[in-house]
Amino acid sequence: MRLTEQEKRMRDGDEGDAVAAAMDLLIRYGDALGAERLVETRNVAGTMTQPSPAKAALVAEGGWERAFAVINLDSDRTLDIPPMRVPTCQLQHGFGADAEGLTAYPVQNIRMQDEAESYFTDRGVTVLATCTPYQVGNVPARDEHCAWMESSAVVYANSVLGARTNCEGAASTGAASLTGKIPYWGNHVPENRYATHHVSAEIDVADFREWGMLGYFVGEAVQEARPAVTGRLHAAGDSNLKHFGAATATSGGVEIYHLPGVTPEAPTLEAAFGGRSPVEPIRYGKRERAAVYETLNAQGTSTDVDFVLLGCPHASLEQVAEIAQLLDGRRLSTSAQLWVMLPRALAAESLRAGWTRTIMRAGGHVLTDSCPAMSRAAPPGTRVMATDSAKQAHYLPAILGIEAWFGTTAECVDAALTGRWRGELA
Amino acid sequence: MIELTGRGIVGGVVRASALVTAEPISGFGGIDVATGTVIEPRHELFGVCFTGRILVFPGAKGSSGWSSFFQSTRLMGTAPAGMVFDVVTTKAVLGAILTRVPTVVGAEPLPHRTIRTGDTVEVDGTSGRIRVWPAVDGSIG
Repeated sequence: MRLTEQEKRMRDGDEGDAVAAAMDLLIRYGDALGAERLVETRNVAGTMTQPSPAKAALVAEGGWERAFAVINLDSDRTLDIPPMRVPTCQLQHGFGADAEGLTAYPVQNIRMQDEAESYFTDRGVTVLATCTPYQVGNVPARDEHCAWMESSAVVYANSVLGARTNCEGAASTGAASLTGKIPYWGNHVPENRYATHHVSAEIDVADFREWGMLGYFVGEAVQEARPAVTGRLHAAGDSNLKHFGAATATSGGVEIYHLPGVTPEAPTLEAAFGGRSPVEPIRYGKRERAAVYETLNAQGTSTDVDFVLLGCPHASLEQVAEIAQLLDGRRLSTSAQLWVMLPRALAAESLRAGWTRTIMRAGGHVLTDSCPAMSRAAPPGTRVMATDSAKQAHYLPAILGIEAWFGTTAECVDAALTGRWRGELA
Repeated sequence: MIELTGRGIVGGVVRASALVTAEPISGFGGIDVATGTVIEPRHELFGVCFTGRILVFPGAKGSSGWSSFFQSTRLMGTAPAGMVFDVVTTKAVLGAILTRVPTVVGAEPLPHRTIRTGDTVEVDGTSGRIRVWPAVDGSIG
């Protein structure tokens, strides 16, 4: 890889051992990818604070500087960690104090995370604590080079915002935060952003559930490739696109998609393909939709629902408002729990709007910072879950060993109110 | 002995028994770092331990936590001895670097079709050369 004079100085230790370790990692990483150079970034979204067994052992050995040096910089030595060179935010982490007592999530993890927050905010990290940083202030501009991890955030940044990021990890984002650099490779390169596949929706895709199912189909169909999706698409609002992208990254590994006429790099289908002729479309019709629904609901047999999870990726204000409206004046079944997951900044707004009070009066919980998949914790005794998230329906049965139902937000709220799953594919 | 040539991305030479799969591997939700075992229920390697073996697979799938999970196998002493994969993605490449085991990518002929579980494999992550000594039938494991 070609290095600038500044990058060579960083590598050689002119800016301290932590920056040198960061640059060393970026060089090994860039060379291994086959990148020709690094590119400057001023927007990093990574993970530093959330507890794990390996991290707990490192913190016990040498504090958070040791954990960051080993995990986020791939160093063997404990290093003094300077302030972040460029704006850096913490993505979702473990459960915070608001979840204490609701799950078997260890209290010592909550305490450990509190310490981590202090350590990293002192070094300039913004603890947005969400998988959707774009919902709470970190909105990169079009063509801005970013170093983000979290598959649902990466696909949103690339596709909906037109920013450029690869699917980074805790170490590459750690190195980027101290250097302001990331390999110029993959999605950073314009030619690598054009569509490779075309999916045509031949049935109406109009609400949250339908966008999630279409996304799950598209991801399965194209895997890691770059789809352009056309057809009878309606109401492509931010919540729907958030759900759609997360689903494409769950059933496949989609990092960028184009919706001609909607997303910024695809004013037309031809533009999505970089001026080349679009390829023959993969058809999404009634039969394909039914098959997706079947797959997402193949992990449920009992209709006795004891846990309802809403907000994955973290709920938008629009979603929370809808949930509150569905719960207004009603009361959850004694056999079911309801969690709404959202960023802490939006929880403040939900409180102000009265939605949190409505949800809590009904017996539900509004939780921030994390989710059951990240923290590997649901209400104790959970056997059957219902969710409006294609991603959680895909992951949670494997992670927690539970059954899952997937449906509309209203069907999930109904399950929480009655303790019964009555969802169906109309 | 069969020889395959690819691009070495993490240097060093290691010789060990191969563990081969034609299915991509998930890090988050796909492996247990404490035991070095594949835990994705529908994966053909479900329940199989990769510790100390040459992991031959097509590539990484799933969450961006892939690299952290494989890094954790190194920290917990359950890492594979080497890696051979085909599809170069940020997830898999960063994961190999953090696992710090000799790794070759893009080798020909296609490794997961050429190498069989139980073969003795030498991965040279510096030169990109892979040497395979097929297992005698019946000694797979």
